[in-house]
Amino acid sequence: MVASLPLSLVQIEPFDLSWRSRLETVLAAGRAAGATLVEVFLESTDHIGLLAEQDTITNVSPAFGKGAGIRVFRGDQDGFVSTNDLSDRGLNSALEQALGMLGLELGSAGHGGFEGLGDLRDFGTAKNSWLSGCPSLGDATGRLLEGTGLLERHGSHLQSRRGSYARDWQEVMVAASDGTFARDIRLHQSVGLNALAADGEHRASQGRRYGSTDRPDDLLQWDAEASARDLCASAEAMLRADYVEAGSYPVVLANRFGGVIFHEACGHLLETTQLERGTTPFADQVGCPIAHPAVTAVDEGLSTGAFGSLSMDDEGMEPQRTVLIENGVLKRFLSDRAGELRTGHARTGSGRRQSHAFAAASRMRNTFIAAGPHSPADLIGSVERGLYCKSMGGGSVGPTGQFNFAVEEGYLIENGLLGKPVKGATLIGEAKDVLPRISMCANDLELAAGFCGSVSGSIFVTVGQPHIKVDSITVGGR
Amino acid sequence: MTSSTASVAVLDASRLGHQLEQLAAGLGIERWDLGAACSTDTSVQVDRGEAKQLKGAQRSSITVRVWNGDGLVGITSTSDLSPAGLARALGIAHEASAYGNADETPSFSPLATAALQPLDQPLLEPVGILSLLDTLKEAERVLLSRHEAISTVPYNGLAQRSSDRIYLNSAGACRQQRLSTASVYLYARAEQAGRKPRSSGAVRLAYGASQLDLAGCIEEAAERTISHLDYAPIDTGYYTCVFSPEAFLDLIGAFSSLFNARAVLDGVSLSNRESLGEQLAVPFLSIHDNGLHPGNIGASAFDGEGTPVQRLALVDGGVLRQFIHSEATARAFGVAPTGHAGLGAKVSVGANWLEIGPGSSSGGSSGLDRHKADGVVWIDSLSALHAGVKPSQGSFSLPFDGWLIQGGEPRSIEAATVAGDIRTVLNSLLGFEGPGKITPDGLCPHVWVEGLSITGDA
Repeated sequence: MVASLPLSLVQIEPFDLSWRSRLETVLAAGRAAGATLVEVFLESTDHIGLLAEQDTITNVSPAFGKGAGIRVFRGDQDGFVSTNDLSDRGLNSALEQALGMLGLELGSAGHGGFEGLGDLRDFGTAKNSWLSGCPSLGDATGRLLEGTGLLERHGSHLQSRRGSYARDWQEVMVAASDGTFARDIRLHQSVGLNALAADGEHRASQGRRYGSTDRPDDLLQWDAEASARDLCASAEAMLRADYVEAGSYPVVLANRFGGVIFHEACGHLLETTQLERGTTPFADQVGCPIAHPAVTAVDEGLSTGAFGSLSMDDEGMEPQRTVLIENGVLKRFLSDRAGELRTGHARTGSGRRQSHAFAAASRMRNTFIAAGPHSPADLIGSVERGLYCKSMGGGSVGPTGQFNFAVEEGYLIENGLLGKPVKGATLIGEAKDVLPRISMCANDLELAAGFCGSVSGSIFVTVGQPHIKVDSITVGGR
Repeated sequence: MTSSTASVAVLDASRLGHQLEQLAAGLGIERWDLGAACSTDTSVQVDRGEAKQLKGAQRSSITVRVWNGDGLVGITSTSDLSPAGLARALGIAHEASAYGNADETPSFSPLATAALQPLDQPLLEPVGILSLLDTLKEAERVLLSRHEAISTVPYNGLAQRSSDRIYLNSAGACRQQRLSTASVYLYARAEQAGRKPRSSGAVRLAYGASQLDLAGCIEEAAERTISHLDYAPIDTGYYTCVFSPEAFLDLIGAFSSLFNARAVLDGVSLSNRESLGEQLAVPFLSIHDNGLHPGNIGASAFDGEGTPVQRLALVDGGVLRQFIHSEATARAFGVAPTGHAGLGAKVSVGANWLEIGPGSSSGGSSGLDRHKADGVVWIDSLSALHAGVKPSQGSFSLPFDGWLIQGGEPRSIEAATVAGDIRTVLNSLLGFEGPGKITPDGLCPHVWVEGLSITGDA
């Protein structure tokens, strides 16, 4: 017999008040060396990834770890060092290296004006049982196999059926020489289904992913039946679709994940990291119209259960609801500590990072275009000949603002009605050109979970929008 | 388990193996293997003559696999290489093994103790981070001075890494490889009054910061950026295209599931078991995977299962010859592992470094010269491969940077995408131009392809 513990019952040593004196020592040493601000980010993680293929569990991938990121500021310049070594020696070594980047040296006596950490703001107190409240391996694998089984039941011509589940638990503690002292526990779970349909030369692959935060039993609540039906219907529709003809069309983008275009093409340009780089065309546009008056856009970290919601950001600040664009007028940028220091834009609780290995940066949370007054049918009915993008894939934004997004599931719009499905479409444009062309927003705002990769790594976000109409956009095709 | 100075981390393979052996014995685990790595990294970014970000990192990671009494496999990864961390990892891996896949259980590679081919990889000492900073500041200064329109270098970085990686198993295999690498990238932004900003750049790799070809990187970044200043839209239509070596390697790499036995077994490849021996492309195309090529900076001598990396003919004479394998897929096909595996309960398979060209075959148009072409699109770099490629369907639709050549004169294309089907592309090659160029992803000449769909941004 093997004396292993059930995964859910493995004891993880928490970050608690016993860390106060150790952290204060590090912070005081950094300040005494001449740093204007020192920040320590501690992290403990516990991850499970599962994969089901056809009707078999083919991969179970647990992972766990700990680490620290130490960031030292000298004026508006900073040095950052990460380490897996949380011993006093490890933290001191990291601090010394970070100080050295700024031409500073450890060794000066005193505390450099550091007055100690404030009271611990512990956002994790009520979350200590979350990890043990997550589904067991048996329950989780069972739900995934139910999902792939439902694909088999509802689909046709399916050559490959996959279900995947990821549970990411993270405990963080943030301490900074301005007195910041905070702890939180985060829990993100996502479940996805993918299918490849094939019939002779015809092939179509479709995927759906759902995600939540702060809900240990979310996988058990997942509506696998609805997910499988939705996915199979899309795969069936797209299996024999023709390629879309390239050109410039009016486009109606569906709600939920359609918001990925706003996130990528516009949202990133409203982060202070882009201001610092000089790569946003909106640098001097606060108070100016940058979008159609129909457009109001928000980024917030408050929506209950949403993938991008937080009790505090990775710099210990509580999140806010930040109106980015109101009736077409640019209102604010998203800012973190360094962004505030370097650009003057006040922090918005948006300092985020993938892990201790990254310095925090201004990043989005739950980002969406607000609902408008129209029905989705109004939008489609207003288009004589165009494209309906029901499901969006990924995309990219170039360094000068051009974006490209793949349409996973598209339909022609002819005389105000949905027509035949088309594949191979790519939406191409630039945010500053396209924002003024979003002329109609429907009343069916919904959010969708996603992952965003950028300067501080891959983080959990949601994107969202109601159905929106873009009067004209370039559609790449064949 | 690791010893670390400020600059170099080293794994103690013998101690790690002994510790695992004892812990496994205590848990009743007879069969196990592990992959471990540690690294120290330093990197800098600059912004208009000032330090933008200075970073350092000490990383360690370990992945352990165990086989339970029923022969099923479980796995766990952790960054905690302490005895307590290893014990916990073994325990969790054993618990996970209860959910191992009975239909396909990985085993030790039969080649995990075979001789490795020697690699000529100098181990260079890292330089101080402030030296890196000075070097990058100077590179930025020189690049900014190359043209008045180059206003910033918003994406730049100079990084160096020292790493150590091992593979051990309970049958006595022990692989270890130490490596030092460095990289620099410079992406400039140029702007002229009344015109859209344009951007381009270059990357260089080496075994140490002192060996980086900074001058070449600056020159290439400047040349590329300046070449895009004078741009024009392109009419949507079908064009003969010339892919740069980097762009064609990116495209083939994105469809490498064609050669991947794992993808074949999973039913997500365009190839199947019967595809070997079939004509996949024009008869003058050869594709080899050769992770050992001297141009592959940072090459691994062995894969995640300890199998030696080797040169492998994937396509020869346009015919699909071999797939790349892990131990498990090789066993399913009745062949030997090829050195392309990761380490997992379900082992991933991936290409190492591709050599593309005519090989020993002849054919294709000769005398192709884009500098004398007319009405031809020169594709310099592809973007958004993660989103615009459908490997299981064969289709792609990708934005690119490039030029329309008319009367031998290239003019930058404002914005465009290229779309097609990889099988059609492979059978529409007109030929190769010039010798193969070594890039970070492989070796390839310029490649001419007939009749691709180009959409201009109207």
